[in-house]
Amino acid sequence: MNAQLGQLWVYLQANPLGWLTATLVAYWIGVKAQRAAGGRPYVNPVAIAVVLLVALLAVTGTPYQTYFEGAQFVHFLLGPATVALAIPLYENWPAVKRSLVPMLAALLAGTVTAVASAVGIAWALGASAESLVSIAPKSVTTPVAMGIAEKLGGIPSLTAVLVILTGIIGAIIATPLLNALGLKDWRARGFAVGVAAHGLGTARAFQVNDLAGTFAGIGMALNALATAILVPVLWHW
Amino acid sequence: MIEAGILLLLCQLAGESIVRALAVPVPGPVLGAVLMCALLAIRRSVPDNLGRTSHDLLANFSLLFVPAGTGIILHATRLEAEALALIAALIGSTALTIAVASLVFVGVDRLMGGTAPQEQQP
Repeated sequence: MNAQLGQLWVYLQANPLGWLTATLVAYWIGVKAQRAAGGRPYVNPVAIAVVLLVALLAVTGTPYQTYFEGAQFVHFLLGPATVALAIPLYENWPAVKRSLVPMLAALLAGTVTAVASAVGIAWALGASAESLVSIAPKSVTTPVAMGIAEKLGGIPSLTAVLVILTGIIGAIIATPLLNALGLKDWRARGFAVGVAAHGLGTARAFQVNDLAGTFAGIGMALNALATAILVPVLWHW
Repeated sequence: MIEAGILLLLCQLAGESIVRALAVPVPGPVLGAVLMCALLAIRRSVPDNLGRTSHDLLANFSLLFVPAGTGIILHATRLEAEALALIAALIGSTALTIAVASLVFVGVDRLMGGTAPQEQQP
């Protein structure tokens, strides 16, 4: 019996199926927990899923690479899902067209704030030089952020983690923060969250309001572009 | 569902190809979204199955970040050593960015005559 269980474990651990299933189950638990908490943003499904999976990997002594062989099927869908942002963008096009000037102003202010304040605070608190480079593009969607960090001599995989943490933080604080600021314009709320917290902020915005989600998607895309241009320039200067 | 999948992947593929060929600093899928938007603008409507598939994908958008997020396990040591500096920077900077970007948006919008339609407010 024990030998059979052992064999089953070897199968589950080595086969992508086991870790793919674990990823979906962990996220499902996170979603259920958020629903049970009445949709409160600080009960974040991604944070819960990550904590559960990290614990599972640690307990079973599974290397991240093995885990990713299963999880990559979920990871892959980031691409098509990003393309799918075009559909709400098209459907809300009139509102987008009317907001071009405020959007570009908010983009410029947001991009500079995101980079300067992240590096500034980390530097003031004594972070290492490598960490400073790695945290600079933290508000940008993962693949672009990793590319920026790599070009400047940071650690791309550390950047990926800082990016996701930023996304989780953004998804948690956005609603209470924007309410405290008394902002009621869904376009401004969504756009700011997309600029500050990329795809995870966008996912949260879609949860709250369709128009906010659309503007968050635009904010995410424009910030990726702006940061990719701005950070290398600022760095050398 | 199949047509929608093909359309999404084709746009992504085109986006990735153009990004690589021209070395533009945009992620391929973002350019793919621009292409998709152009296609929809030409067609002047969203096909039903594309609308449904996209809605399902976006409804579960945050799930897709879980595998990358679990990569935090690779950096446990550094995060422990610099936890205070990094976490403070992430929280402070994210809050500041959301506040600055949203306030600038609303401020500039007001300067331009305020186009926020009333019914879209919470």
